[in-house]
Amino acid sequence: MKPTVGTWRTVGALLRKELLVELRTLESVPGMSLFAVSTFVVFHFALNRSSIEGDTASGILWVTLLFASILGINRLFVADAEQGGFDGFLLAPVDRSAMFLAKVLTLVAYLVALELVAVPAFALLLLGAPLGPALGNLTVTLLLGDIGVAVIGTLVAALAVRTRARDLLGPLLALPLLVPIVIGGARATAPSLSAAHASGAAARWLLTLGLYDLLFGLIAYALFDFLLED
Amino acid sequence: MAALQLERVARHYGEREALSDVSLTLQEGATLVVFGPNGAGKTTLLRVLATLLRPHAGTVAVLGAELPREAWAVRGRVGLLGHEPLLYRELTAQENLRFHARLHGVGEERVRELLEVLRLSARAAEPLRTLSRGLVQRVAVARAVLHDPELLLLDEPHSNLDPAAVELVAPLIGAASGRSRVICSHDPGGGLAEADLVLGLRGGRPALLRAAADVSVEEIGELYR
Amino acid sequence: MASSSLYGKGLRTLSIATVVAMAVSLVLVFFYVPLEAEQGFLQKIFYVHVPLAIVALCGFVLGGLLAIQHLRTRDPRWDMRSYVVIHMSLIFALATLITGSIWAKGSWGHWWVWSEPTLVSFLIIFLLYATYQPLRFAIEDPEQQARYASVFAITAGAFVPMNYIAVSLSTAYLHPRVLGSSNNLPASMGFTLMVSLVAMALLFATLCKYELTAKHARQQVRALRRQLSGEGADGTRRTRSAAPSLQGTLPQTAGRGAGA
Repeated sequence: MKPTVGTWRTVGALLRKELLVELRTLESVPGMSLFAVSTFVVFHFALNRSSIEGDTASGILWVTLLFASILGINRLFVADAEQGGFDGFLLAPVDRSAMFLAKVLTLVAYLVALELVAVPAFALLLLGAPLGPALGNLTVTLLLGDIGVAVIGTLVAALAVRTRARDLLGPLLALPLLVPIVIGGARATAPSLSAAHASGAAARWLLTLGLYDLLFGLIAYALFDFLLED
Repeated sequence: MAALQLERVARHYGEREALSDVSLTLQEGATLVVFGPNGAGKTTLLRVLATLLRPHAGTVAVLGAELPREAWAVRGRVGLLGHEPLLYRELTAQENLRFHARLHGVGEERVRELLEVLRLSARAAEPLRTLSRGLVQRVAVARAVLHDPELLLLDEPHSNLDPAAVELVAPLIGAASGRSRVICSHDPGGGLAEADLVLGLRGGRPALLRAAADVSVEEIGELYR
Repeated sequence: MASSSLYGKGLRTLSIATVVAMAVSLVLVFFYVPLEAEQGFLQKIFYVHVPLAIVALCGFVLGGLLAIQHLRTRDPRWDMRSYVVIHMSLIFALATLITGSIWAKGSWGHWWVWSEPTLVSFLIIFLLYATYQPLRFAIEDPEQQARYASVFAITAGAFVPMNYIAVSLSTAYLHPRVLGSSNNLPASMGFTLMVSLVAMALLFATLCKYELTAKHARQQVRALRRQLSGEGADGTRRTRSAAPSLQGTLPQTAGRGAGA
């Protein structure tokens, strides 16, 4: 027997709810953005450099975005877990995967919002190369990376939220799993973030990211239901 | 068709038996009241009937559908009012109810209708965290009956409600609503008055199962000793 | 259901086979295979390091497959198997890292090299699977614990090959791969490696079987003890544990359901 309410309708309803709650509480996006900018400042002092480019720039950008994402991932299911959102959802005649899709889309939205703040800040504070020409490459790579982070983030957040040490376990699980994203992303954007703007062979890294997104997207989609039920 | 048909239902939590050997039949439109001390398994039973937990042994048929296999046929026809209101504190009553309405494929007018009946319209646009527990409970009742369920599962439904509010919710979740009901209660007198069938749980096991007419308030009190 | 002999069956045969295989492989490594020209005696650690790596990797993937079975059948015995296999693979992975490090020091003079994809992948995988036990321990409900652990095991199992690909792409080869298509391993070395691999796999299987048998026996004893002392009291919570519970699969003696 199938659920009586269509999946995409449910995703829509869930998305609306997520964004409404975020708009009211402003818990995730402002925190993530602030964290990223602060981290850039810290890096300036830690590295004792005023301008970076190439591999270093790429690395610092990706690592900062990654750690900022962790903040968002940690908060992803907290409202649901604490305010009975799971039960309310589970009682409805809807496809459970809708929650997975909605949360992934939510996280992608948060990450894009984060990047709209963090990337210009990065260009302003640390980047020694012009941002303009790198923008195309950066956008595509970041988007592919965002999907991967969102997929893994949603799965890990769901795993961690019902455990006792949820704020600790989440990052511990997520970081190793996200290493391939950092590899693919940082390597893909490094050439374009250098002054001698090289458009290197980014194709193989984008392919790696794409493969990762596809593989874990499918796996997470298939496994998510098991985390919801009792 | 019986509203509920349970046969030796069991559910364990690790090596501990949360529920065991529970068998009963509840007719359509009738009310089952469950008594028992804390930890006796009342909430577990409710959650099994709500399809939130799978039974580990025995058979459970809710509204004719066997769980867990036919759980889909049950969801959307059962309303749960538990200890938690299952509502988001940062959203308003209206937003919360609209959200649940969408999840159940129910129209907006129903939300408005319930807000009116429960005298919540005045404060429907304020975030739930600004409302008193009593008002939140009323919104929770609205959520539970939004989709017009055939079976109601109520865990101490009148907690936090003043007598006036109890009257307001009566047509929705009371005997007059015409729905089959399972109520967990800590009030022997009041609970017994509403019951057609009484189940007393102790340590997850049925210590008492009889038609309400054959049960006295003292016997219920014994359960808690 | 003869579950009492389910895990102990064949343990002795397996142990003997393991000892024999290990003995043969040791003889081959020390007396048969010639000394490798470049790296000398230290190179022999290769016959421990590579089998450890292969067995550990296969173990992690196997853990994922066993977890899939658990989610499909809901039988806690699959979860128990998955847990033991992952547990054992983690130990083998640690051994891989240590032997790899020793080999790196001997061959290239550094205790750690980023240029060796196997070593680097293993570090990441180790860090990932090191969270398996804490994850289990952090969930109290045994059924939920098993389910969540299975989800993790499947995700991590799929991650193992993906990670290897990503890391390999990112490292520059500095030294010839010993197990690749461009492999020019002389026959004697290849043969010795095969034997060592078989011995390592047998060791893994034996250790897993030992652990499964021991756990099973311990749980049966506990169940019997509880039955003797009367019905499981409902107030008592067993101490939290990361290990799977086999509740529901242990043989029940008559009279349990009839009440104390």
